[in-house]
Parts: sequence; structure tokens; C-alpha cells
Amino acid sequence: MARHQIRVTVNGASHEVEVESRLLLVHLIRDQLRLTGTHIGCDTTHCGACTVLLTGPDGTPEPVKSCTVLAVQADGREVTTVEGLEQDGKLHPVQEGFWQEHGLQCGFCTPGMMLTSVALLKRNPKPTEDDIRHAISGNLCRCTGYVNIVKAVQYAAAKQA
Amino acid sequence: MALRTSAEVSGMGHSMKRKEDPRFIRGKGTYVDDITLPGMVYLDIVRSPLAHAKIVSINSEQALKIPGVLAVITGQTLAQFNLHWMPTLMSDTQMVLPVEKVMYQAQEVAAVVATDRYAAADGVAAVDVDYEPLPVVVDPFKALEPDAPILRTDKKDKKDNRIFHWEAGDKAATDRAFAAADVVVKQSLYIPRIHVASIETCGCIADFDRVRGKLTVWMTTQAPHAIRTVFALVAGHVGLSEEKIRIISPDIGGGFGGKVPVYPGYVIAVAASVVLGRPVKWIEDRMENLQADSFARDYHVTAELAAKKDGRMTALRIKTVADHGYADAACNPSKFPAGLFSICTGSYDLKNAFAEVDGVYTNKPPGGIAYRCSFRVTEAVHTIERITDVLAQQLSMDPAELRLKNFIPPERFPYQSALGWEYDSGNYAAALKKAMDLVDYAGLRKEQAEKRKRGELMGIGISSFTEIVGAGPSKHFDILGLKMFDSCEIRVHPTGKAVARFGTKSQGQGHETTYAQIVAEELGIPAAHVEVEEGDTDTAPYGLGTYASRSTPTAGAAGAMAARKIRDKAKKLAAHLLEVSEEDLEWEPGKFWVKGAPQKSKTIQEIAFAAYTNHPQGMEAGLEAVSYYDPPNLTFPFGSYICVVDIDRGTGEVKIRRFVAVDDCGTIINPMIVDGQIHGGLTMGMAPALLEEISYDEGGNIQGGSFMDYLLPTAMETPKWETDKTVTPSPHHPFGAKGVGESATVGAPPAIANAVVDALAHLGVKHIDIPITPEKVWTILKEKGVAE
Repeated sequence: MARHQIRVTVNGASHEVEVESRLLLVHLIRDQLRLTGTHIGCDTTHCGACTVLLTGPDGTPEPVKSCTVLAVQADGREVTTVEGLEQDGKLHPVQEGFWQEHGLQCGFCTPGMMLTSVALLKRNPKPTEDDIRHAISGNLCRCTGYVNIVKAVQYAAAKQA
Repeated sequence: MALRTSAEVSGMGHSMKRKEDPRFIRGKGTYVDDITLPGMVYLDIVRSPLAHAKIVSINSEQALKIPGVLAVITGQTLAQFNLHWMPTLMSDTQMVLPVEKVMYQAQEVAAVVATDRYAAADGVAAVDVDYEPLPVVVDPFKALEPDAPILRTDKKDKKDNRIFHWEAGDKAATDRAFAAADVVVKQSLYIPRIHVASIETCGCIADFDRVRGKLTVWMTTQAPHAIRTVFALVAGHVGLSEEKIRIISPDIGGGFGGKVPVYPGYVIAVAASVVLGRPVKWIEDRMENLQADSFARDYHVTAELAAKKDGRMTALRIKTVADHGYADAACNPSKFPAGLFSICTGSYDLKNAFAEVDGVYTNKPPGGIAYRCSFRVTEAVHTIERITDVLAQQLSMDPAELRLKNFIPPERFPYQSALGWEYDSGNYAAALKKAMDLVDYAGLRKEQAEKRKRGELMGIGISSFTEIVGAGPSKHFDILGLKMFDSCEIRVHPTGKAVARFGTKSQGQGHETTYAQIVAEELGIPAAHVEVEEGDTDTAPYGLGTYASRSTPTAGAAGAMAARKIRDKAKKLAAHLLEVSEEDLEWEPGKFWVKGAPQKSKTIQEIAFAAYTNHPQGMEAGLEAVSYYDPPNLTFPFGSYICVVDIDRGTGEVKIRRFVAVDDCGTIINPMIVDGQIHGGLTMGMAPALLEEISYDEGGNIQGGSFMDYLLPTAMETPKWETDKTVTPSPHHPFGAKGVGESATVGAPPAIANAVVDALAHLGVKHIDIPITPEKVWTILKEKGVAE
């Protein structure tokens, strides 16, 4: 199996790593970089537990399901995981919202759900409930019934306004 | 409930923010796959593509040539240690790895251990298995026919595919009541096979330390203590001794019943670690999880309800065929092969009832676990709530009126049901009337009548359910002989802070918060300073675990009882410190004070300090207690749900417009968490009502084996749930709580099914099996000539 030297910036820190062609981004993040806040919940890109933000060609961070992205595809790009949300000891408003509004129970979908929400609020700072539900529809939660997740995102939107 | 503590103390009744959340929102939870041990290797599993086949040969040669592959484990390997079969919790047996034949598609056939996940997966692809197909039995009714192939040929005396026959109630009296009835309705209903699909799949790391002879298993289990004992019993003959087994349930990403059983993967990982002397990690992927782990439900029910002309119900008769797959690997209490299905008389004063269930073997995965419900309670509730609506339709009576006429009245509690339960407390009419007011029931019926005239399809469905949760009591309830008590041990430290350890294990329910609030309520120590620990069998007291909504009724009660023991000792210490007799002391959460002289008082913190620095002669130092709580009865949460649906005549899509849930779980510990539990439960109630089903084709091939076609609700399908409550405390629980995690999963499906049938009732529709997919509805609309 061919191996490749890649450079990926994760949560602001640059990493030069050698990876197999087939290595999934989620396994690079979890097993090699030991950032285990990004979870794996399915193998078919449905559940969104592995969602991270990955910069596109124009530098905009967009949510991607890291179980369906090869690590080599992240070469030269920037990744944000849940561990990168808190800045200088201050929770991101989305993190605050999830805690405040009881937007999580088992916590397994939470990192992916929060990163999708962060991306939503960046492109749409004042989302309607429908906007929020649509945005998170690629992230499955089995515990909360989504009601409080919607409230958590609304909390963050109000806080950022 | 009136608050007895300040927000700072946050005893019961406060919507305290969760103590577990700071780590989860930072991605610092510790789920099993997050753990890496030095020298750890990975296990992956070869699975059968066929549902029933003889294994002709397993060739590992190519797999072992792959760089990184260390071993291939087969049934033959395990048979050397007599570990190729294991007992189920229902005293049946199931294979760990097969020697002769496979019994369902996706069954474990062999395991590959390798230095990393990718090499293990390569190894799995390279193992060559030669199968000889055998006839497949998929239909449980056909499995019962005399000429059906006998599936469990490993059982020498087994001459058919029946696992058990269970019945409850007085058959003769019930038959007489049916003969004398004015009206009898009958309905067959299938409650399909579904899967809990917690977002975290199952897995473990087994670490056998050859020097110490100690096995540590980090494992996605809802019942770590029972698992430890099962491991000791199953593997005692190979030298595993219970004091040398440590089970740790780390953070768990949802359980819902799916993480109660012992799956073959866990056992193979343990065997591999013992053989290799290295930590072995096994994490199943989603398709393995859906295709091989325990299913729920799969009950084929025929229900009959007898009534007088005025709608008064007189008798209930139910016959059920339960498809258990190839082994009875359900997780019911030992004496209850059909779980608590006998709660099927529901919320109604039914004097006569008879229920029977036949468990059957088929070529499907073993199981019969709950799906976020107490043992088989959803099946019971769906049956009674659906047949009640069938009766209402037959009598042309409003379904709310029919329910109100038949509810067990509040003054009849404790109520003895025809099938042998003593319901602890209830006020069913109050909950239903509250739900009707909230939803404006009369207004909706008016709207519906107007819409019908215009050809629009709108339905209103009611479910007034009664649950049965919180097992023990231990005189009736055990799992493999282990009595179903639960436990708490509290230690108060010198500075007045505490650690409380429990025999249960949270999978998202918020125990670290609610248990701390119970201790805070009882002792006045701020919940923020009560550290709750669960899941480590080396440190926590023995308990039977978290499932069937039993944590608050059992371990929560143990928490209160242990705290009260501590308070008893604290009182002696306070009397010593204040130089008064114990009788002169009054308690309020956080301090003892002298009657008539409230300024003379000692706080729990001062008392705790004295317990280690200034305890009286003759008294032991320290301030700690343990309680093993054996509940005197089960608890019976209840509620009334009203669902309003609109049906799209073009697509058959069912849109839930409103869903009002009035729940009564007795005393509430944390209203925010209770609401969250109900939101989640309602969503897992909607899921099987509208979306989820695992079915099999004639060859035993699974349909719905990945998230491509097993549809979990997303935020788009899930409505904005409206919740409210009544509070009827349990009279026998130390603080009146009943448990809440599963009420909504149990109560929601019939409310939704009843609403859809109600929308189509004027077209002559009497019943639709769940999941009520757009295709099913559209087919009906087409048949009735109203499809657009």
C-alpha cells in the first residue's frame, strides 16, 4: 500500500504525517493524532458523529464527515475538531448552548452536532428553527429528540448576535 | 414538588445543569474506542453471508500471510477450551464461534487479530470459508409447523422449534366473559423487529495481565457487575476467578437495552487477550451492530377485547408468537420468558384477561431485548392501546370517552390487575384530561369533521399507557439467579464533600447529576460536591445495572437509603457536638438544630469534620454507608399522549402536526432531565411507528442492515414535542419516584398509529401495522380511491 507524506493543520497545530492511501481522515484524527472527541457511529456517512470542519479550496471551513474523507484529501488543509472549539479557556457559544439547554445526553453525537451548528451559524447567524433542523439533519441523535439541540443552537445564535 | 433546598445545594426538583456535560462538550468523554493501551491489538470478525449453512472448511492460510495479522480464531480454537458456546441470560445457549453450522446471516464465523484495524479488516477479507447451504426458516409460524426443519440440532432432545410457552390469567373465566359479551373485537397486529441503534456501537478492550492473572475489560455494558459474574461462571474452568476480573463501563454512547447482552465479540476478545497476552480491542461497525446484535420486539399478536354495549370492557384475550431468532438471548428476568407482557391490561379495569406467548426459533440473530422499554412492555401497550381504538371504532364511540369509561379509578390504588400485578398509584383520567385540554381535543374533532367534508385527511390518536418498571422486587425478579436489587455506597469526606458509587451505569440518562441531587436532598451537601461514580466493578457496590427504567426506582432509592443511614450517624455526632440528646434535634437539609433554639446548630460539613477529628468515644470514625435496596414492588409510571397527524394524499406521507405528552413518573428529581428523557423517548417511539423495521427475505437475508435503509429519525421528521406532567408519587419508593427513561417510547407508538387509523377510519380502515410508511398509506389511499 502506497504511503504519502501529508501536512494537515488541526485546531491550529500543523502536523506532518505519513499515511497509507486508504487511511480515513477520522482514523488519522483519532488514532494518530489522539484527538478522540471525533466519534465514529456508522460506515455509510449517515450519522454524522465524525463531523469535523475542513477548509475548502477557498479557505472556508465546511462540515465534512471524516469517515468518508481520506486523510490524503486533507493535505494542505485545515481541520477543526471539537477540541478546537474552546478558545483561551472560554467555551464556544455553541458549547455553552448545548450545556445550558440540555442539548446532549450520552454525548456521542454531540461533537459532530456542535461542529455542524458552528458552520451553520457562520453562514447564517440568525437561523429559523427550520434552518437549524435542516442543517443538522445529517447528524443523528438517538437520545434527545432534537428539541433541545434546536434550543442550544438558538441560544448560541442569540449569544453571538 | 416544593423545593426544600437552595439552587446552591440543588437537591431534588432543581433543573441543575448536568455535571457530566463539561467533558462531553469538549470532546473529552472516554468511550471505549477512545482508550488505547500499550501493545494493544485489534480484532475483527468474519461473518456468515448465509442464514443457515454447514461450515465445510475455514481456511486461514492467506489471512495469516498478511503483514500485521497475528492470529485467526475459529470455533475449533475456542472448542479446545470449551468456550465455543455460552449461556444466554434466558438459560438458553448460543455460539461464540461455530464449529458445525451457522444459524443466521452475519453470524460470527471466525476472528482475526492484527496489529491495526486495517490489517485486521484485510485479514477478515482473506479468510476463506466454504459453506453448504441448509434450508432457511424465516417465518415463525412456519417454524412451528410439524414438517419444519429442526433448527437447534445441538439440543439432542429438541423435536421442534418452540422455545417456550408462557401464559398468564384465568383462561376459563376469560372465555366465559367473551361468551357473555355484547361486543367482541379482534385484531392481529405485528410489532416488527427493530434495533436500538445507539450511535455508539458495541465494543470492548480485553486486557489479560498474565503476571497478575487479572483480566480487565473496558466494555460497552449496561450491567458491569452481572457481566463480571457471568464471565466468572462461564470461564471459571479456564482459570478466570471473579476477584481477578474487573469490568469497566466507561462513558457509553447510548444503550437502550442493546448493551445488556454478552455478544460473542466480547468473549472472543477476552479469549484472544488470554491467548496472546496483549490487550485486544474489538469495536463493531454499524452494519455488524444492526445485523448481528440483539434485536427488539418481533411479536406477532392476535388480540381480542370483549365489552358491554355501553363500552365497558369485560375481558381481554391475547395470543402471541414471538420470533426469538436462533437462540433465546432475550434480557428478561429469569422467571419471565415473555418479560412483563402481562401488563397488557393497561390502564383499564379489566376483570378478566388471558395472555399467552410462544417463543420460536428461526434463522435470525438471537435476542429479544428491550428497545428503550421495560421487558416487553411496549408490545403490551401497543396491543391494548390499539385494540381499545378498534373497539371504539366498532362502537362508534369517541376513543377518549371509551378510555375515561374504563380507566382504573384513582381510589382503587393499589390496584390488583387480572394478570397479577399490584399497580402502585395512578390517576389516569387526570392525565388524559390534561392532555385533551392542552391539545384542544374538542376543537380538533370539529376541525377534523370539517376537513373530512373537504376530503382532507387528518387524524387524532390517543394513548393512555401504564408502564411497569423498576425491577425487583427480588422475590420475583432475578437474572441468572442474581436478585434484582441495586446499590449505593456513600462516603462523606472530612471537608463535607462526598463520593457516591452506584451499581447501575448511565448511558446518557444523567446519573452523575440526578444521583448527586438525591444525595444533596437527603444530606444537604451541594450536588456540585457529590461525585457520582458507576461502572467499575473494582470500586462500585454490586448492582444489576441500568435498563428497564430501573435506576431511579432501585439505585436511586438505595442512594436515599444510604444517605439516611449517614444522617442517622450524623445525628449522633450532632448530639455529641451540641451536647444535647438526639431527641432534641431537628433536621433540615444541611443541618441539625436544637428544638426551640434554632441558633444552636451544626451543619453537615461541621458534622463530617467531627466524624474524622472529634468523634465521641465508643463510636467508629468516618461517615459512610452502603445500601442494597430491594424494592417492595415495581413502579407503574403512566401518561396520556395525543397525536395529531395530517396525511398527504399525493404521497401517503404522515406528518405529525402536534404531539402532546402528559407524563406521570411520580416525584421528579430534575425537571430538565425528565423533559429530555421524554423528548428522546418520544422520538424512539415515533421511529418504529413510522420508520424503522428490520425484515428478512425468504433466504434469511437482512433488509435494513445499514443506515442506508434502516431509517433513524432525523431532526426533519421529528416534531416539536409538547410535554407536560402530573405528579402521582409512588407510595412505596423512598422519595416517590417511578422512573421515566422509557415511558415515552412505550406510549408513543399507539398514539401515532391510532392517529393515522383515525384519519382513515371513515374510509373503513381499522388497523395498519407499524411502521406506517408512506408506501403503506399510499397503497391504502389508492385502494380507497382517494389518492391524489
